[in-house]
Amino acid sequence: MLLKRVITMALFGLMLVGCGQSEQSEDGARIVRIGHVGPLTGPISHLGKDNERGALLAIEEANQANVVIAGERIRFELISEDDEANPQKGTVVAQKLVDSEVVGVVGHLNSGTTIPASKIYYDSGIPQISPSATAIMYTHQDYETAYRVMANDEQQGKVLGDYAVDTLGAKGIAVIDDRSAYGKGLADEFQAAAEAAGATILTREFTDITKTDFTAILTKIKGLNPDVIFYGGMDSQAGPMMKQISNLGIKAIYLSGDGTQTKQFLVLAGDEGNGVYASSPGLPLDQMAGGPGFREKFKQTYHEDIQIYAPYAYDATNVMIDAMVRADSVDPEVYLPSLKSTDYQGVTGRIRFDERGDLQGGSISLYRASDGEWEYIETVGGGS
Amino acid sequence: MDIFAQQVINGLVLGSVYALVALGYTMVYGILGLINFAHGEVVMIGAMVALAAVSMLMTAAPEMSPLLMIAVAAIVSIITCMVLAFSIERLAYRPLRNAPRLAPLITAIGISILLQNIAMIIWGRKYKTVPELFEFDTHIIFGANITDLQVIIIGVSTILMTLLLLVVNFTKLGRAMRATSESQKVAGLMGININKIISATFMIGAGLGAIAGILVAGNYSVAHYSMGFMLGLKAFTAAVLGGIGNLGGAVLGGLLLGLIESIGAGYIGQLTGGFLGSHYQDVFAFVVLIVVLVFRPTGIMGERVAERA
Repeated sequence: MLLKRVITMALFGLMLVGCGQSEQSEDGARIVRIGHVGPLTGPISHLGKDNERGALLAIEEANQANVVIAGERIRFELISEDDEANPQKGTVVAQKLVDSEVVGVVGHLNSGTTIPASKIYYDSGIPQISPSATAIMYTHQDYETAYRVMANDEQQGKVLGDYAVDTLGAKGIAVIDDRSAYGKGLADEFQAAAEAAGATILTREFTDITKTDFTAILTKIKGLNPDVIFYGGMDSQAGPMMKQISNLGIKAIYLSGDGTQTKQFLVLAGDEGNGVYASSPGLPLDQMAGGPGFREKFKQTYHEDIQIYAPYAYDATNVMIDAMVRADSVDPEVYLPSLKSTDYQGVTGRIRFDERGDLQGGSISLYRASDGEWEYIETVGGGS
Repeated sequence: MDIFAQQVINGLVLGSVYALVALGYTMVYGILGLINFAHGEVVMIGAMVALAAVSMLMTAAPEMSPLLMIAVAAIVSIITCMVLAFSIERLAYRPLRNAPRLAPLITAIGISILLQNIAMIIWGRKYKTVPELFEFDTHIIFGANITDLQVIIIGVSTILMTLLLLVVNFTKLGRAMRATSESQKVAGLMGININKIISATFMIGAGLGAIAGILVAGNYSVAHYSMGFMLGLKAFTAAVLGGIGNLGGAVLGGLLLGLIESIGAGYIGQLTGGFLGSHYQDVFAFVVLIVVLVFRPTGIMGERVAERA
């Protein structure tokens, strides 16, 4: 009985010792944790992995540069969590990260998970920079901890809507969305812009992120004979959808947003993917100042090409570290004002935030798929 | 009007697949009173194994004719699924044969999760593309588009279902299966090896499931580790709709469910005046199930389960 009690006390004591706030690595540097959340499993796990790699690259470089903050050498650690693109799981891992005492979060990937998670980070004062969530709601909640490093869907929807009517000459448009915060938001903005430009929206159909069979709604759309079909959603649905559009013999132009403008879409859609138009925030990677260099680095480290958002995750992480260096503190409360006043030249361009946390001077680029590659057309907006 | 024809064609294609998978559920339920939740995952494994076999053949023997490749891949896939189903029955369900009904049910759910995760570990989380081995032409009948592959799906399913019905109704094995499904104990007393019959049932269901998996993967050109879950759920729904334990019912239920889903998704907007959209496609199918069961609890063709006298 006494032995049992002694062992329990000893274990308890060990636990307390292990609960120190700041940890030291073997060489005496202070360990600072940055969180990353994305879908690491599921239909868009290739995108989640892509973001994680971008963030990891930034962390490794910062560690090699031996950053010094408040007189201490800092060793950064990335805590990567999987939210499965599921809003409910997103809040669970957000709480988990807050409990692990991260000083900032790069994430999430989907707007649908970023928005609910942002409340949790805001309540704990943890700054959050999303590399890919484009839904407007994210920065319209008055959370001073919420930021993003690319243009949002208000812009993207408008650019797509104007392009569909003015350049593609569409009069009748069918709109499909995947009912996620991102897909629905983008489709709503697109619809508003297209209607304002003079087109008629023939129908609004819905699907969800788990489906691969769209023949029912596509058959209905076939009967309406649209000039353009717009899809607000991700590549893992857009790919099979494009194949089914082709099988059904529908002769409309397929238009979509950044969720489709990926390599994986071209793989999934195969030959039927040619002739598809899609948009993406920012300039094409090869036109960005640091783009080609970043792509080389990425390929050398991971032996795979970038999907789409890795450079944004890389920049988001670096912006966070840069703010900490300027404020000379890793305490979120202290470095948050520095984050607000960021003026950083990243791989993706010049990063400055407006009062809501949106990127100043964001731009949207349009692409067309041809011969199994995304061909760049033009960029709207920007000029920072 | 040709949109309706197109929806019917889509529904028949979808329904044929549901029917093939529903047969697996209904046979097992008829004999054991067990809902084999793992069956959907067996279908998925069938698709993934076939895809892996085709990929291997394409790199190892690129001059092989596509037809031969598919045949080899199908055989490998069917054998794998049969062995898998046999093992699951032997290891997970047989020890629980006399346990209260809840135990094997939860075990089935557990096996389903296990298989999904094993597939995720082996083949990764990405959606895998299915290589296009054949050029499929599109034909137009009654103003609707139908591809060669879709014709094949309907054709193969019909042939397999007919074969199964012939086996069950006109062969010794079939008679043994029917006897076992009526009353296990008495069938055992009559000299039937119950264990062998039950294993055979699982294996036949798995074989059909493997083919269904290959057809689905070919039709949508994607395969991934979680494709079995929803498919299994819908197929089980189809089996219940037609009358659980009843083979003809599974076929009818499958085709009916496919048609309801297709036509429902197409017209649900107009029917409800825009209140419900096409994303209620699944809801529509399950609501129909509930309505049918309220008025006819044993399903459309009546259930056929073991007598527990």
